[in-house]
Amino acid sequence: MRGFAKAFAGAVLAAGLVLGSGAQANNFRMGFQGNLNTLDPYTINETFTVAFLGNVYEGLTRRAPNLDIIPGLAERWEILEGARLWRFHLRRGVTFAGGEPFTADDVLFSAARVRGETSDLRARIPNGAEFVKVDDFTVDVRLPAPNPILISDWDTWLIMSKTWAERNSATEAVSSRATQPGFSTLNANGTGPFVVQSHQPGVRTVLAPNPRWWNDANKQHNLTQVTFTPILNDATRVAALLSGEVDWIDPVPVQDMDRVNANPTTQVLAGPETRTIYLGFDQRRDTLLAPAEIPPAPAGAAARTSTNPFKDVRVRRALYQAIDVNLIVQRVMRGQARASALMIDPNLFARHGAEFQRFPLDVAAAERLLDEAGYPRIAAFRNNSRFSVGMDCPNDRYVNDAAICQAVIAMLARVGVHITPIIQPRAQYFAKILAGGGYNTNFYLLGWTPGTNDSHNVLLQLHGCRDDRGSGGVGVANVGGYCSQAVDALTTRILSEANPVVRDGLIRDAFVISQNQDVSHIPLHQQALAWGVNRRVTMAQRPDNVFMFYHVMMR
Amino acid sequence: MLAFIIRRLLQSFFVIMAVGLLAFTLFRFVGDPVNQLVGQDTSVEDRERLRTALGLNDAVPVQFVRYMWRAVQLDFGLSYQFKQPVMQLIAERFPATFELALVALFLALAIGIPMGVYTGLYRDSWLSKTFLATSLVGISLPTFFIGILLIFVFAVQLKMLPSFGRGQVVDLGFWNTGFLSRSGWLAVIMPAITLGLFQMTLIMRLVRAEMMEILRMDFIKFARARGLKNRAVHFGHALKNTMVPVITITGLQFGSIIAFAIITETVFQWPGMGLLFLRGVQTVDIPIMAAYLMLIGVLFVIINLIVDLLYFAVDPRIRSAAKATG
Repeated sequence: MRGFAKAFAGAVLAAGLVLGSGAQANNFRMGFQGNLNTLDPYTINETFTVAFLGNVYEGLTRRAPNLDIIPGLAERWEILEGARLWRFHLRRGVTFAGGEPFTADDVLFSAARVRGETSDLRARIPNGAEFVKVDDFTVDVRLPAPNPILISDWDTWLIMSKTWAERNSATEAVSSRATQPGFSTLNANGTGPFVVQSHQPGVRTVLAPNPRWWNDANKQHNLTQVTFTPILNDATRVAALLSGEVDWIDPVPVQDMDRVNANPTTQVLAGPETRTIYLGFDQRRDTLLAPAEIPPAPAGAAARTSTNPFKDVRVRRALYQAIDVNLIVQRVMRGQARASALMIDPNLFARHGAEFQRFPLDVAAAERLLDEAGYPRIAAFRNNSRFSVGMDCPNDRYVNDAAICQAVIAMLARVGVHITPIIQPRAQYFAKILAGGGYNTNFYLLGWTPGTNDSHNVLLQLHGCRDDRGSGGVGVANVGGYCSQAVDALTTRILSEANPVVRDGLIRDAFVISQNQDVSHIPLHQQALAWGVNRRVTMAQRPDNVFMFYHVMMR
Repeated sequence: MLAFIIRRLLQSFFVIMAVGLLAFTLFRFVGDPVNQLVGQDTSVEDRERLRTALGLNDAVPVQFVRYMWRAVQLDFGLSYQFKQPVMQLIAERFPATFELALVALFLALAIGIPMGVYTGLYRDSWLSKTFLATSLVGISLPTFFIGILLIFVFAVQLKMLPSFGRGQVVDLGFWNTGFLSRSGWLAVIMPAITLGLFQMTLIMRLVRAEMMEILRMDFIKFARARGLKNRAVHFGHALKNTMVPVITITGLQFGSIIAFAIITETVFQWPGMGLLFLRGVQTVDIPIMAAYLMLIGVLFVIINLIVDLLYFAVDPRIRSAAKATG
């Protein structure tokens, strides 16, 4: 009973303190659709988790709101020996929140940890890279091959303290296959602008500013607390914003945007996101999977090149030209998207432009191409159609994903291509269409954000030739199995080309082949980021949906 | 009596086994947990390693036996998503669900029984008709719609009640409660109404039907003939005799309130077990789903047992019958 009274008194006191300080405090309250499951920055390579932890931990580099790479824990760096040697000069006088000084040892330790067997972020550091401590504040990274984009995703390779990790037996990343709970799942110790005050996964996470932050004197935020709550239900999340109980929500469903803007205290902060939504075709199998039906060619039809219509570039191009992307953007996405001619956000590729235009919408041309490919309309087949395939589509992964598929299905019906929709929640969807399910799809909708903000990632993972299992770390998400030796050769050169102008030329060549000649995929659009924010808050919105709280000001 | 309880506990063992087996058969169709656990660039080899390490490549019967063997030792494994022991997660979330269910049930009884008695006694009064008409709403509207409606009116428009969460929670060490703070009480009102509305309607209709039935019976006439006051007849004799079915239903409903608070918890972002389970389903967190389903199985068995024991207390006939046989 005494224990109870004590606990009760303590809790009431704590509550009083929180409420008491809340009066003049700037508590930034966030409502997000997903959970923050772990505080270990190497457990899962997922944008939200790593981005959130980027407020507590820091990388050697950072990215400015316009995505420029700027110094972080490394004050400056030199690229030597034709991008085979990178020398990092570390920031001095930085301490972790727990008081441990930051030195080269922590960088070496973090490099070993992130490359460890249990880390999901192993790709942050290329194979064969060697980390050498020159002195306490200088680290050399020696690479087996030149790599000009080594640091492109190092803003989300977060540096951990060696002493802290060793003291708490957290020297290995808590893996997804862990059978024992790990210390770093619930505890964090970074050098960043915020520290974790409390963390109850799936319920609430509270951050407080870190008074020891090296950049505290120049900080641009005025927050005294950040409270993160996952709010799963769309309507509840919007209601919480409208009623002023949270200051920020992500995402705002497109149908609620007008309501959020009409409310005097809230607004939608929309901007293009770097995720490209696209359609892909099975170009690997010789025979399509059920429920596809390819009727035999009638007499007098043009000869077919394969039993799989998607192996014929004319069919792929016909489907492309039959889809009215502007209608999708305006109606299905209610204007909250931008039609794309490329498989990468044009902001991330310097040489997008006149060369890369979408093939125009042209139903007549599409019909002609399909006739030429040997797939004429057959009156007796599914109400005068040419052939029929299944289309896989998620219904809870991207903005209005299932509605986009339904629109596509209707548009393709106009040119005589019959589609059977297979629409599933993401858990079942990804299990079916990705490597784990044997890439079990013929036609699918997917979205991709290049983790490196660079075209190489798109060319490697979405276009790289893969085998049936997708092994070897190439073409993991090349679901349709597109394969071009020419593109692969360019991709290899792009990785090690140090001259940015030459490099952009190579990327251009690769996209000309894959997109303009081969129609490897049908890029649809980049969906918009839609944050709902209270008008008393100002913030920077980054197109990669990484949210840094040190860009938040509250009135 | 003791034999009865032991028999029931034995039965519960088989119930749990059956629930476990059913759950495991289902899990083959819920999707692939691995995709929820790694980033998009993770190689196929790493995914395969993870799958093997989680035991997902073993045959389903092997997985089932291994899981049950651990479950018997109260080891439900680590949640795939949270990397925390499942029992600990459920234990942290249970108080939230339990308190919500308790308030919902209290509301249902405290409003439902008097309304049932009233509508049973005064069948033709306009108030009865109003009660019955409104209760139709409770039966016919889906839970999430009522929840959203309440949120829209009381949180967004009137700004009287919080739209989500549990308010200020006080941690007592073994239990975290929202009953000790004002914001906790404010937060529970709307979810409890949403969750309890259907039960309230049900109880009201049940009490009404039972009252009407019993008021026609002979012993009521005798009681009136003895000159007892209306109050004593209605509450002392009639209502007391309606209680057996009401207790049965309430007991079973309490189980389902806890088990199926999922929708209400989602609408109000109530940090209880239901929300945990729903997230588990979305992310194919098999340890959470399995443990939750089995726990609900146990819960129903226990509640049924308590209900049976309550009969003894309420109905003297069962008591004497039990004495005669046992």
